[in-house]
Amino acid sequence: MSSVEIFIIPIGLFMIAGAIIAIYQKNLVAAIVSSGVVSLVASVIYIVLAAPDVAMTEAAIGSALTTVVFLYALSRIRRQGGSEND
Amino acid sequence: MTIVTVLGFVLLGIGLWGMLTRKNLIKIVIGFSIMDTGVHLIIVSVGYLWGRTAPIIDKAVPQAQAASRVIDPIPSALVLTAIVIGLAVTALMLSYAVQMHKTRGSLSIDDFRLPARKQGEA
Amino acid sequence: MIKRLLILVAIALFGLMILPLVTQLTPFTQLTPLATRYVEGGSSELGAANLVTAVVVTYRGLDTLGEVTVLFAATAGVGFLLRRRAGKEEEAAAHANSANDETAAGSSMPSPFSEILSTGSVVLFPLVLMFGAYIFVHGHLTPGGGFQGGVVIASGFAMLLAANAGRKLNHGVLLVVESLSGAFYVAMGLLGLVLAAGFLDTTFLPLGTLGQVFSAGAIPIIYSLVGLKVGSELTNILESLRK
Repeated sequence: MSSVEIFIIPIGLFMIAGAIIAIYQKNLVAAIVSSGVVSLVASVIYIVLAAPDVAMTEAAIGSALTTVVFLYALSRIRRQGGSEND
Repeated sequence: MTIVTVLGFVLLGIGLWGMLTRKNLIKIVIGFSIMDTGVHLIIVSVGYLWGRTAPIIDKAVPQAQAASRVIDPIPSALVLTAIVIGLAVTALMLSYAVQMHKTRGSLSIDDFRLPARKQGEA
Repeated sequence: MIKRLLILVAIALFGLMILPLVTQLTPFTQLTPLATRYVEGGSSELGAANLVTAVVVTYRGLDTLGEVTVLFAATAGVGFLLRRRAGKEEEAAAHANSANDETAAGSSMPSPFSEILSTGSVVLFPLVLMFGAYIFVHGHLTPGGGFQGGVVIASGFAMLLAANAGRKLNHGVLLVVESLSGAFYVAMGLLGLVLAAGFLDTTFLPLGTLGQVFSAGAIPIIYSLVGLKVGSELTNILESLRK
């Protein structure tokens, strides 16, 4: 077990926790932000895996644009009225 | 880096579980996006070679030694485009969700059975 | 409950299917022959310092063209789904909002949002655009390229839209940028077919010295076109979803 792998373990647990929160959180905004955090942390792993090109894309898309797209869709849904929870 | 491969498979499983068990359309799309992240992690981790550096030729990685110093650039190139496509597909799924919510006034997939039950307009 | 159990069984079977992939995975210690070919050829044949760029633009150029096409189709789908039926409601909404707009138009900055955000976005937006252009122009030298630069540009537009909800983006300009960059991308590919070895061959322009901005043949040109196309398409998606 090298030092890099020990560094990845807490990051990985953090990502798994974020993913579970994103799935089970009732509040949709919190779930969306949580899934954005999972993507943002994934970009750190891409840097460790020596793929800076992928890390840049993931940081900009996963954390910024995907979250913005989700939030725009949610605000559109809220403006349409009706229920937003299952 | 086997540990990243395992992490990718765990995220893939969580995303799949979320897609199959959640009723809310937005939650299903969130599950899809987590699954996406998992798949990307798996592909990039397969291309990693122990102790090597990013595939960019510069002073630290001279052209002659490149083949023994850099990681596999192909998985990086594939994932790079896949991430951008993933965003566009997520946006497409969300716009379907918006339209479905418009017709039924609900995000729950239980309200989308056939034949169409007319929901009360909220 | 029985449904949950079925799902659990399905995921367990899926796990069983991929288990050998994890347990019997022997990490590569050498580059595969194909990757060796790309790593050695990327800098000497194509003159690109960033080998990922060499693979994306030239060696797997046809794949990239396909991915850009998928991106275009998804953007068109979003626009089709969200804009077609919005016509009538938009008019009604515009009518209802016209009173608001008139009062807002009186002030110089019609923004109901935070003043820090709206002022900051005006200052930062040109810098973000310039950074995005820098990323895709230097795609063959440093980490980055058309996809990353386009995404940075789109996030700049996202900031602009977040700072000022009333702002209308000019769809005509976005459409022209998107279609022209797509057409020129294919045209560059055809030039490669005529002047060099095949479709999307980038060596028809001089390779220059490795590490200079004007080097690597047509790679910077093609990646800049991809950057413009990705940026305008993602901005289009944001704009259609926002309304």
